[in-house]
Amino acid sequence: ADAVQRFQPEALLVGESCTAELIQDQPGALAAGMDLGGIPMVSLELPAYSKKENWGAAETFYQLVRGLLKPQLPAPGSPRPDPSRWRAEGRRPRVNLLGPSLLGFRCRDDVREIRQLLDGYGIDVAVVAPLGARPADLLRIPAADANLNLYPELAGTVCSWLERQFGMATVNTVPIGIGATVAFLRELHGVLDLPLPADLEAEGHSRLPWYSRSVDSTYLTGKRVFIFGDASHAIAAARIASRELGFAVVGLGSYSREQARELRAAAKELGLEALITDDYLAVEAAMAEAAPELVLGTQMERHSAKRLGIPCAVISTPLHVQDVPARYAPQMGFEGANVIFDTWVHPLMMGLEEHLIGMFRHDFEFVDGHRSHLGDGPPAAAPEPMAVAPAAAGGGLSWSTDGEAELAKIPFFVRGKVRRNTERYARERGLELIDSEALYEAKAHFSR
Amino acid sequence: MATGTAVEALPPPLKESGQREVFCGLTSIVWLHRRMPDAFFLVVGSRTCAHLIQSAAGVMIFAEPRFGTAILGERDLAGLADANEELDRLVAQLLARRPEIRTLFLVGSCPSEVIKLDLAKAAERLNRQHTGRVTVLNYSGSGIETTFTQGEDGALQALIPLMPRSEQSQLLIVGTLADAVEDRLVSLFHRLGIERVASLPPRRSTELPAVGPGTQLLLAQPFLSGTARALLDRGATLIRAPYPFGVEGSRAWMAAAAAAFGVPPAQVAEVLDPLVERGRRALAPHRDTLAGKRLFLMPDSQLEIPLARFLSRECGMDLVEVGTPYLDRQLMAEELALLPAGTQLSEGQHVDNQLARLRAARPDLVVCGLGLANPLEAEGMATKWSIELVFSPIHGIDQAADLAELFARPLRRRAALAFV
Ligand code: SF4
Repeated sequence: ADAVQRFQPEALLVGESCTAELIQDQPGALAAGMDLGGIPMVSLELPAYSKKENWGAAETFYQLVRGLLKPQLPAPGSPRPDPSRWRAEGRRPRVNLLGPSLLGFRCRDDVREIRQLLDGYGIDVAVVAPLGARPADLLRIPAADANLNLYPELAGTVCSWLERQFGMATVNTVPIGIGATVAFLRELHGVLDLPLPADLEAEGHSRLPWYSRSVDSTYLTGKRVFIFGDASHAIAAARIASRELGFAVVGLGSYSREQARELRAAAKELGLEALITDDYLAVEAAMAEAAPELVLGTQMERHSAKRLGIPCAVISTPLHVQDVPARYAPQMGFEGANVIFDTWVHPLMMGLEEHLIGMFRHDFEFVDGHRSHLGDGPPAAAPEPMAVAPAAAGGGLSWSTDGEAELAKIPFFVRGKVRRNTERYARERGLELIDSEALYEAKAHFSR
Repeated sequence: MATGTAVEALPPPLKESGQREVFCGLTSIVWLHRRMPDAFFLVVGSRTCAHLIQSAAGVMIFAEPRFGTAILGERDLAGLADANEELDRLVAQLLARRPEIRTLFLVGSCPSEVIKLDLAKAAERLNRQHTGRVTVLNYSGSGIETTFTQGEDGALQALIPLMPRSEQSQLLIVGTLADAVEDRLVSLFHRLGIERVASLPPRRSTELPAVGPGTQLLLAQPFLSGTARALLDRGATLIRAPYPFGVEGSRAWMAAAAAAFGVPPAQVAEVLDPLVERGRRALAPHRDTLAGKRLFLMPDSQLEIPLARFLSRECGMDLVEVGTPYLDRQLMAEELALLPAGTQLSEGQHVDNQLARLRAARPDLVVCGLGLANPLEAEGMATKWSIELVFSPIHGIDQAADLAELFARPLRRRAALAFV
């Protein structure tokens, strides 16, 4: 009652924390019995011991929208609104952007990017929610022609409820990456019955395609990348990595159990088994096993990657303050693709340096693992990427001195993989001692 | 080994001159400074030369510079005496800051050549000033006289007078090799029974190998005409062989050295044939990508002819035109004999004419420098930029697949990228 009096909100959310959930005060029921001056109140049932943040946000958003829109519910059996009714009404089509929120990954700039993109195609934005919306704005949701499910983790429940109850069309493609942005625009134009713009597939919208095609990027081909994050960002990243940057995706996973099915499908397309877990140790172990040259993950993967001496870029929440940058830094749309190109390529050793370190290993400054464009000194501890798996050579296998010496000559970012392959080869052949010849044999055997 | 074509089976090479699109010899500094980290390369030239080196190698951030440019100013142009004083002052400053430098290369440029600044004399003078601390040498990397890898030829020639003399029987491998490749080749020569193997350039500028009548010279790089001749003048004997690219070339190269040391062919076969078999196996997947593709090589490094030989004979590519900045028929004789009959060579460049031929031919892959690579990609042609070839471990039987991969990669990348 204090909060209502002091802040005079348009609506009130009442819920419990984990500890309060144990005490069972039923604050929602209590609030329902109080005089709140007639503002709508949503009582939240959030099982803190079985669900997590994204589910909580999705559930809250859903309950709030459901509560507020109850009076507007169309009578059962009434016809679905036609997403192209804008034409008959003589106005521009308008859509809702659902899902962006505070503490989401780059939501602030994604919204601006998508707004601009839509405006360019003559499409208006009705409501952006929850980010920046008031309860009064939520009441206008049904007046739009379609909903854009930009962050399925957060808006998936609401979008399907709106589709069921109000017959509102949903665009489900998340426009992260060139291919996905084009697919998103296709889907959107289809839903709104707009003619497809002629220049949709022209590559001029973003610099990523040319940057990626230009010969400076040839060395990115087949670089091994490990991806982990929320499902939407991980799936988008996997597509960009494999089809738009020419990387080899060697691991794909997510902590979003709710989107496990989509993630599994995406992984299968890449010939991988999806990793669904919220145990960072399992992620770290999978990362070490895959021996990637680049990790795209959350701030947690940054720690693991640092431990394993692998370059890393952040693509998803959880994040830290540096991933809420002052500058414009969207992930979505065409500018988002530009940002992604720069961010993902930056941590990798640059082409010339990679070559020279591979050639000449006796330098006093440019030592193994050194990335001088990041201004780091030589790596403090030897970043032998496989340090976490000392038992890898188990099963009666051991490395001879000349085998170890030969291995040390492999450029450090692929050394982990070569070690693994050689050990596998030795095991398959029943070798016990791995010498330099065995390493060359294995290299020829696995030559891609 | 399959017998090659007689050189007469090749049509006369196109000799062209006109606009050229190549590096000058200064760029050799980009890899030589890593091969010999105790050396410093001081270019005596203009701001243009400083820009060139900085753009080429500046993507790496150096805690301690390994190269620099003494930039000629207006005063220097007015009077050479001033220029020499300036140079002495600069060198003293540099050596005070970097006492660990053992060898200082004064590298000549177009401006220094044109105003006839005598860097040989300057090197002599500086040697006297800094005796015992540092050796000062000079060579030219100017664009007027040298193209790209010819800079290494100049730098190595400058080292030759400092090489001690020895009559001892030894194998001397000449030309910059990647460390791992060098170790590998040396250990294979040991297995063949050749005990004493030395390399030029060495890993430290002060650890120069000896040379003399017992020295058998094996060229690892095809762009070392001047160095080879200077070593022959010091009594060494040249081993004639194709260059060690690909399975075939590398085997022939090692076998030629073995023959020079009287190693029986049976022993050569015993050591090398398992490697050959394995090398072919590793090559196979790349051959699948490359076979039947049409290849056009623009002139750049003088590696073009051996690479064309490797790519046609071992990877099944069709050669449209093989350009080279400079053709030393003597040092290239074994390679020319292995080229398919009818291969069109071109020496020198008239870049517009060459581009016209290129566009008419629409090859599947163009090997060219970075100045042309992206523009040609934008025209829809796949390119392999050639500079990478001097920065990659590509020599030897075990590296044949890696070498092929460098050419297969752009084709695979084009097939892999899709934006819709
Ligand atoms: S040496 Fe000549 S070609 Fe090379 S950068 Fe200097 S001026 Fe240009």
